[in-house]
Amino acid sequence: MAKGQMESGIVAGRLPAETIERNFGDLHPPLAPHEAAVAADRCYFCYDAPCVTACPTTIDIPLFIRQIQTGHPEGAARTILEQNILGGMCARVCPTETLCEEACVREAAEGRPVEIGRLQRYATDSAMAADVHPFSRAAPTGRTIAVVGAGPAGLSCAHRLAMLGHDVVIHESRGKPGGLNEFGIAAYKSTQNFAEAEVDWLLRIGGITIETGSALGEGITLDGLQDSYDAVFLSIGLAGVNALKAPGADKNGVRDAVDFVADLRQAGDLSALPVGRDVVVIGGGMTAVDAAVQARLLGAQNVTIAYRRDRDAMGASRYEQDLAASKGVRILTNVQPVAVHGNGTVREIELEYTTSEDGRLVATGETLRLKADQVFRAIGQTLSGAPGGLAQGGGKIAVTGPGRTSVKGVWAGGDCASGGDDLTVTAVAEGRDAAMDIHASLRAG
Amino acid sequence: MADLTTNFLGIASPNPFWLASAPPTDKEYNVRRAFEAGWGGVVWKTLGEEGPPVVNVNGPRYGVIHGADRRLLGLNNIELITDRPLQTNLEEIARVKADYPDRALIVSIMVPCEESAWKAILPRVAETGADGIELNFGCPHGMSERGMGSAVGQVPEYIEMVTRWCKQYYDKPVIVKLTPNITDIRYPARAAHNGGADAVSLINTVSSITSVNLDTMSPEPSIDGKGSHGGYCGPAVKPIAMNMVAEIARDPETRGLPISGIGGVTTWRDAAEFMALGCGNVQVCTAAMTYGFRVVEEMKAGLSRWMDDKGYTRTSDFVGQAVPNVTDWQYLNLNYVAKAKIDQDACIKCGRCYAACEDTSHQAISMSPDRVFEVIDAECVACNLCVDVCPVEDCISMVPMRPGEVDPRTGKVVQADYANWTMHPNNPAARAAE
Ligand SMILES: Cc1cc2nc3c(=O)[nH]c(=O)nc-3n(C[C@H](O)[C@H](O)[C@H](O)COP(=O)(O)OP(=O)(O)OC[C@H]3O[C@@H](n4cnc5c(N)ncnc54)[C@H](O)[C@@H]3O)c2cc1C
Ligand SMILES: Cc1cc2nc3c(=O)[nH]c(=O)nc-3n(C[C@H](O)[C@H](O)[C@H](O)COP(=O)(O)O)c2cc1C
Ligand code: SF4
Repeated sequence: MAKGQMESGIVAGRLPAETIERNFGDLHPPLAPHEAAVAADRCYFCYDAPCVTACPTTIDIPLFIRQIQTGHPEGAARTILEQNILGGMCARVCPTETLCEEACVREAAEGRPVEIGRLQRYATDSAMAADVHPFSRAAPTGRTIAVVGAGPAGLSCAHRLAMLGHDVVIHESRGKPGGLNEFGIAAYKSTQNFAEAEVDWLLRIGGITIETGSALGEGITLDGLQDSYDAVFLSIGLAGVNALKAPGADKNGVRDAVDFVADLRQAGDLSALPVGRDVVVIGGGMTAVDAAVQARLLGAQNVTIAYRRDRDAMGASRYEQDLAASKGVRILTNVQPVAVHGNGTVREIELEYTTSEDGRLVATGETLRLKADQVFRAIGQTLSGAPGGLAQGGGKIAVTGPGRTSVKGVWAGGDCASGGDDLTVTAVAEGRDAAMDIHASLRAG
Repeated sequence: MADLTTNFLGIASPNPFWLASAPPTDKEYNVRRAFEAGWGGVVWKTLGEEGPPVVNVNGPRYGVIHGADRRLLGLNNIELITDRPLQTNLEEIARVKADYPDRALIVSIMVPCEESAWKAILPRVAETGADGIELNFGCPHGMSERGMGSAVGQVPEYIEMVTRWCKQYYDKPVIVKLTPNITDIRYPARAAHNGGADAVSLINTVSSITSVNLDTMSPEPSIDGKGSHGGYCGPAVKPIAMNMVAEIARDPETRGLPISGIGGVTTWRDAAEFMALGCGNVQVCTAAMTYGFRVVEEMKAGLSRWMDDKGYTRTSDFVGQAVPNVTDWQYLNLNYVAKAKIDQDACIKCGRCYAACEDTSHQAISMSPDRVFEVIDAECVACNLCVDVCPVEDCISMVPMRPGEVDPRTGKVVQADYANWTMHPNNPAARAAE
């Protein structure tokens, strides 16, 4: 029997299992063939199309949509996957409202862009359903490259290298590949184990070995990798999290949002996953929104996002903010945490109002308290486990051009490397481009 | 991967997609860019005789038929042949051909219907190194009033005569481009064949007025308040073009005459259909003018994917495959009986099938008070109108009856054998033969 939303504390089964299942259904349901035909028909096949420029992986969007129009969704998929091997995941998770669809000329004309993301999903789904891997490998080069981290950046790099005829060994610290596709992305964006299926499909290119439970810094070192392999690509993401510096932040019930979303993704049965009644999420990015929304979908009664600056400064797009609001999440801006109250276990969080003076955040001294039995920290992930000896900048591994680090023979890309937004699609682009550069440099010397 | 290379009249091109003679092939700049974009060949914009070039209007040349979302469905134009000097065109053709030896480059020509005029231009065209010529007997406006274009194309004797001159004064392939502005396309095709043409290409544009401005009472495109009939092309003309192609492909007198298919080719599928009806390749104009040269990428990728799916390795594997299935009405099997069937799960209850059948067909669909639509087999003649007007794909299908079943409309048992009109008892001719 469901516990109900009024039950205090962190408990499972706040909503009936069917409700939870429905809540976690596809955020953007797949298009049926007729819907896809109608959606595709809206594309103007623009010249030097702005959507292509806006896509970090530069997918030829007008061409793939035209291929859908002319009845070849699998051909469309090939056009997508040639540029972005994780085009299936990107179709689900890309903030298209700030990328391709924002640039669509029909967004400017009518405020209603061509549904590029959903069309991309339509195409890539049909390719996955066909159950063939559309790419083949070039003649073996005899070279082997080490990739560290099996997230989108590492997988994209590995696939491109394998296509070019190289062998790849991926060292992954977790027990499962996929990176944040598997452990981070909101459950309603990647339903039905899509992340895992996509990795299996990607690996069918051949030539890629994944060693799970193999962490750089624990047992393996960069020097060791450089000795054993022809090149190294680091794609370790941001494994650390920023700490909440407020008294009481160590109380029971306070935890990292990324751990909560990872639990969500790995839970076999979501109705067995506990959540608080009054949940407060500290932060303003995609992670904060995902944690807050999913807490609501699990049945938390009151969920508040507390962000220290104003709405425009939030990392989450306006679309994501609206999504949160539509799910009943309250977004409180210009507040920062000053204390967590409770007797061993969190009971209330105390926030202080802020204003901005010449771009500087200033606390006003006025505070408020929110009831809370669960608090999630979503105040940013940080680089952790990057090998010494590599130049860093802005808290990331410093790279130039296509992911070259300060050390010859070592490339880096994705969230752990400087430049680009922390997005799945950017990680894919950087992995691919680094692979091309590694290939060029191996051929040259 | 399927091999898209084609060999049309001995002229090789990397794919069967050529640009038709029109603005896209008007000059060196365009043609180079077209080749860079991947087109297999071009037919250069029609050249006229030496001397001051023709002039075009200085106002709008095009009229258009749009779909609701401004999709271009049909285009009409009042443009003439090239308005640039002959020598300039010839020099450019020579340069482009030298730089793109692997692409097909055909020169379209339209000069007066006099032997001397053809005799004068042909050696100069030959010097460019182009792969062949196409005789423009098709232009329905402007040039026809001067005794050229469709004015020649509508008189089979002239076609034969001019083709013969060309074969006499030019060594490389001669393609005769036909006008659709004629009652029976087989006559000009036969004339071209008799004159020794290596191939025919069709269609050129269809005489048309696309619209009338109801405020100014001028046809569009309007030049200072007046309009003229123009040539219609684009997706709207494809069915007309395909029928004409099929007529030539199955005419015993022209059987085997190579055909280059033109008219509304916009996607790989259009090309495949033209080719199945006997075209060795296709030519494209409006699709390129609407979407730019890049549109060929979809055509190539799509055709090659379809060929892979079907197991065709080269284009010659399917060229002409549909020709044997094009027949005359009198040979259609009258023993074939079908009935419409409505998939109740797919039905969205719009009632369009009912309106169509009840008002304009055979009153063979019933409608219940709660909007359930069902086919009355005893009335259904299987005309297909309900299928065509239904907004839901595959909701209504035509299900053939099995031999031995009784057609409730006629009360007759469906026969397994084939019987056509020529054998039908109602046919006076059939009875007479008995
Ligand atoms: C909650 C959340 C939601 C998000 N939602 C979206 C979204 O909707 N759309 C979007 O575009 N982006 C989203 N992002 C961002 C996106 O997930 C990342 O930008 C992307 O995954 C970065 O890819 P990556 O390959 O660089 O790193 P990761 O995906 O983080 O992968 C890094 C991999 O390296 C492994 N690793 C780490 N350290 C080591 C080590 N020392 N040795 C070996 N392996 C190691 C990790 O286990 C992991 O598998 C979200 C992020 C989070 C946290
Ligand atoms: C603006 C315009 C100019 C044309 N000029 C010529 C020409 O000079 N010579 C010619 O043979 N056909 C000419 N055509 C006809 C095209 O080559 C082609 O036969 C016709 O447009 C049908 O093909 P489509 O439906 O792909 O456009 C012209 C067509 C257009 C739209
Ligand atoms: S396309 Fe437009 S801009 Fe170009 S010549 Fe024609 S009218 Fe002028």
